[in-house]
Amino acid sequence: MSAYTAELLHPVFPKYPGPPPGVGYHRQRPTIEEAPSVPILTRGRYRLALPKPLAYGWLLGPALLLIYWSLASLTGYVDSRVLPAPWVAITAGIDLIQDGRLQHNVLISSSRALQGLLLGGLAGVAMAFLSGLSLVGGYIFDGVIQLKRAIPTLALIPFFILWFGVGETMKVTMISVFVFLPIYVHTHNALRGIDLRFVELAETTRISYFQFLRHIVLPGALPGILLGLRFGVMAAWVSLVVVEQFNATSGIGYMINLARNYAQPDVMLVGLVLYAILGLASDMAVRLIEKRALAYRKTLGQ
Amino acid sequence: MTRPVVRIRNLVRRFTLKGVLNGLDLDIAPGEFVALLGRSGSGKSTLLRAIADLDHEAVGTGELYVPDRISVVFQDARLLPWKRLLDNVTLGLNVPDARQRGVDALTEVGLAGREQSWPHELSGGEQQRVAFARSLVREPELLLADEPFGALDALTRIKMHALVKRLVSIHNPAVLLVTHDVDEAIALADRIIVLDEGRLAADLVNERPREASALLEHTADLRKVLLAYLGVGSHQSTSDGSVTPPGQVQA
Repeated sequence: MSAYTAELLHPVFPKYPGPPPGVGYHRQRPTIEEAPSVPILTRGRYRLALPKPLAYGWLLGPALLLIYWSLASLTGYVDSRVLPAPWVAITAGIDLIQDGRLQHNVLISSSRALQGLLLGGLAGVAMAFLSGLSLVGGYIFDGVIQLKRAIPTLALIPFFILWFGVGETMKVTMISVFVFLPIYVHTHNALRGIDLRFVELAETTRISYFQFLRHIVLPGALPGILLGLRFGVMAAWVSLVVVEQFNATSGIGYMINLARNYAQPDVMLVGLVLYAILGLASDMAVRLIEKRALAYRKTLGQ
Repeated sequence: MTRPVVRIRNLVRRFTLKGVLNGLDLDIAPGEFVALLGRSGSGKSTLLRAIADLDHEAVGTGELYVPDRISVVFQDARLLPWKRLLDNVTLGLNVPDARQRGVDALTEVGLAGREQSWPHELSGGEQQRVAFARSLVREPELLLADEPFGALDALTRIKMHALVKRLVSIHNPAVLLVTHDVDEAIALADRIIVLDEGRLAADLVNERPREASALLEHTADLRKVLLAYLGVGSHQSTSDGSVTPPGQVQA
């Protein structure tokens, strides 16, 4: 900052010497009756906003549930043939790991989920850009995709088997359809929701369309894209249980289905716990990306 | 006689919602600082948006000659929240030394060393200073400003006036400043125009005397005239409450 600019921004005014004695605006304040002072501890009780949350407070509910479940199993209130005790998931899980079945199934399922996520995610983002940023694109694609939203994806499975057989292609395609929808919807919504003020600003700077995409559209829609990704990641895991019912010989869904056929609730339980862990872990991964990518934001949740 | 940077002849603009221009004529000379006053709905923003080529939905006719390099400062600073200050200033600036120019522009508005700050870390006045840096780093022939100090507090506004005067004297663009504030117009502009019902109602020269008491008197006089044009002065009130500004020809 040059000295001149500094002076302009913080002009040096001569200090006001104060009024001459007996003249001016500084009148004597009238003496007021001594009021009882309010003890400081009673202040600040009126508050509508939530106080700061505890770091791991959200674990309380699951912990309570786990305790209740353990007690019910220990006392025999819940029959182990109906629902096994929570620690059975661990012992059965260890057995499955020693078998080598667990690692194998998780690996296969993860590979399918990842392929489906990539395919469905890329297609979702690409379609959302086509129909979100161009009117013609919107006319052509958005209606079709909304129609698809109204049709349960499960109802498409017979057709997918007809088109793609019962092999890996069908499974990965199915997963990507499950992933596609939330990512498309959230990305499209975010693109159409970009603040018009920023578009106007871009117009005044006369930047190219590519630069407009790079500097305004993409970062502006990023929160929506990442939210869609969170839903998409969950959809990828959840859809496994559906697609692995068909002619699968491996995978977590296959493991659960097999256990159902042989009435092995302990293995079914392991499958559920695996879903919970994988889903939660991948959601946390996306949220970590979110936190990094959207570091510029100052919001309620941060 | 120099060629004007802006030349407007018989400009007509109609919107379905609000704001019209009814055969407006206006020339702005290079380096001229013009303040544009007018009541709400008088067409101020419509004119500004027409010049800035932002009125995509407008229906209208007329002749509009504007320069290539136009910068706009809005009432809100309109900084991209996901870009650091320097990247905001150099947004879309396609010159080899864009970064250095950006740093210089920020220094010029008193924000040296804040290149890597996020917009939300700044006060309202500081954000608006960045907006001016972003506009002037492009060396515009015409700077359009739509009530750029409207959202600032009175003290910040006084400081901004001084800063803008200095910036304009360095970069010397023609300026069209839309404002509600009569005193602001008198303090900054060489020429003050008043828009009413989509036409120029007044086009006044504002030569500020250097001497302090004369400046006070000049400001007071001009304020009275301008307020009368804007329909809020007590100047020449008639019995039915309507106001006739001095020198205005009654249609």
